[in-house]
Amino acid sequence: MSEHSTYVPGNAVEKWLDDRLPVVRFAKEHLMDFPTPKNLNYWWTFGAILVMCLGVQIVTGIILAMHYTPNVAMAFDSVEHIRRDVNGGRIIQATHAVGASMFFIALYIHMFRGLFYGSYKAPREILWILGVVIFLLTTATAFMGYILPWGQMSFWGATVISNIFTAIPVVGENIKQLVLGGFAVGNPTLNRFFSLHYLLPFIIAAVVALHIWALHVPGNNNPVGVEVKDSRDTVPFHPYYTMKDLYGMVLFMIPFAWFVFFAPDILGHPDNYIMANAQVTPAHIVPEWYLLPFYTILRAIDFNVLFIDSKLGGVIAMGGAMLMLLIVPWLDTSKVRSGVFRPMFKWFFALFAINFVGLMYLGAQPAEGIYTVLAKVCTGYYFLYFLVILPVLSRIETPKPLPTSISESVLGKTAHA
Amino acid sequence: MIGANNMNIRKLIIAAAALVAGLAMAPAQAAEGGAHVERQAWSFGGIFGTYDTNQLQRGFQVFREVCSSCHSAHLISFRNLMEPGGPQFSEAQVRALAAEYEVADITADGGRRPAVPADRWPSPFANDVEARDANGGSLPPDFSVLAKARGVTDPFPTWIFNYFTGYQEGGTDYIHALLTGYHEEVPETAPHDFQLPEGKYYNDYFPGHAIGMAPPLADGSVDYAEGEDGQSVPETLEQYSTDVAAFMMWMAEPHLVSRKQTGFAVLIFLVLFAGLMYGTKRKIWAGIEH
Repeated sequence: MSEHSTYVPGNAVEKWLDDRLPVVRFAKEHLMDFPTPKNLNYWWTFGAILVMCLGVQIVTGIILAMHYTPNVAMAFDSVEHIRRDVNGGRIIQATHAVGASMFFIALYIHMFRGLFYGSYKAPREILWILGVVIFLLTTATAFMGYILPWGQMSFWGATVISNIFTAIPVVGENIKQLVLGGFAVGNPTLNRFFSLHYLLPFIIAAVVALHIWALHVPGNNNPVGVEVKDSRDTVPFHPYYTMKDLYGMVLFMIPFAWFVFFAPDILGHPDNYIMANAQVTPAHIVPEWYLLPFYTILRAIDFNVLFIDSKLGGVIAMGGAMLMLLIVPWLDTSKVRSGVFRPMFKWFFALFAINFVGLMYLGAQPAEGIYTVLAKVCTGYYFLYFLVILPVLSRIETPKPLPTSISESVLGKTAHA
Repeated sequence: MIGANNMNIRKLIIAAAALVAGLAMAPAQAAEGGAHVERQAWSFGGIFGTYDTNQLQRGFQVFREVCSSCHSAHLISFRNLMEPGGPQFSEAQVRALAAEYEVADITADGGRRPAVPADRWPSPFANDVEARDANGGSLPPDFSVLAKARGVTDPFPTWIFNYFTGYQEGGTDYIHALLTGYHEEVPETAPHDFQLPEGKYYNDYFPGHAIGMAPPLADGSVDYAEGEDGQSVPETLEQYSTDVAAFMMWMAEPHLVSRKQTGFAVLIFLVLFAGLMYGTKRKIWAGIEH
């Protein structure tokens, strides 16, 4: 990426440094001069917002770990101790707890943006796959983090989800015991989840670095999905996108602060204010909202398919729903990236987004009556979208004519306005 | 190919219609927990809400004279009672109050000593087994965070509005309803074939209706002191229930007032800052067609 390097060391010290470790050159090339399509809309600010979210979670998390006690007898009270007696603790704790939700809001928006604008298509397949890896790691991290307050939902969520492993034939029970550190969720589970919850964010940060690296090889996709043709299509990242991203971050902080200061508990479940108790099962065990769509898919498979029983079937469906994202670049073979120019895709995508919200809603409902039917329908569409609709649309759809360049599309927009 | 696609579309339309129907049916599910819990007007509700000091003091009196004989509150320290935003008793009052209680202390003569403000509120029972034995097998839950451990499931779409109004008083609404929801005999509204087990009491709002706690409060069971201005508060079950529920909310969320105060400063700052950022962004991008 050095072809657009305009860096000239300003003085002898910078020259000396540049010959040995060109960090200043790197920063200049990748954080300042990096040519970025000039037509990116606000959906593109969520990448930067996600970096901020990860940073907020790591900083608040490190401080919380200074006061938290990962022990089944003390964990619940230690979180309350942080809220009550640690200076600024209630803000730090609320920021971390609400921050997990905000992280997933931004993450889902970022992913849906990628799905709509075809950001996964060549040459950005690796960029997309790394993003899916980040999503999976974040899901695991958030799940383990939710265990740490050691409330009823923490405990029973861990119990339900760890039972997933027992669906694996032959070795399932052994894997479950390895994950839990015992026959059931207990002190060893809490300790290892705490340890992993502290470790994984740094692995996520490393994958984020790869994700950004993979972004900086082909450069950004953009709302019209036409590759950058020449320098008229781009602006330097700084100050144009540093400023736009910062503005996006500040805007994002407004609902974030709203929840932290005015509704810190609304995104959680009241049962998690009851300390974990292996003797009492909550009436409804519900995971956090961001895991609900996949929880619905897990529960939707309540029938046996040939030699696969419903339990294993549910696990395969849930795992498949997440892992399938990895092969999306090869399922959607349409040459047109942006959904804007795909008249049929647009509607199926909108329905996919509504369907995803539906899956989320159904995950919070008891698995009975109409809800089980709806869960099957929504799960069906989720898979249909990726496995049938995307490949078929690629073949039968006639896309609208594409602008020849980003500049042209931008000028066209101004002419219309 | 196209025929299959049309089939899909039809399926999708059916699915969407079913989904809408499902959302509309959500209220049926919310009703399963018992009778509908009425929302009360709490002084601490909404974004501008703050605790009513007098109410918290009355609630504390109810807690101390009635509830605390069975219920613990092990996260509460005596000193909390004089902190800003709470019942705000004076330091002298809290010291005198603490001194009335004895706490275990292995460094004291005989292993016990009078409490000081730094001590936690003493629990009425040494452990859960003792607590159950004294209460007919039921365990009286700890009060420290109980007001946040209970909630009301609002039907769709009410719960969506809650995100914007910041409504988080479901716990206190439930506690108020529970305390006022007793029946001396199993009422006609009880589920069909309902049998009240011995030693249990019928309550409209308790899940399953059979609660182990006898009606703890009745009109006149706590004597409220007259205010300095000669005003008095009604000594009714309704008033006691409201006051003790408010006090329980304070126990669960002692920093609610300062949290909201900080929130206003943060939000006002963020909105103004976002305005400045928007202006800066516009200025920087002014020369670019985008």
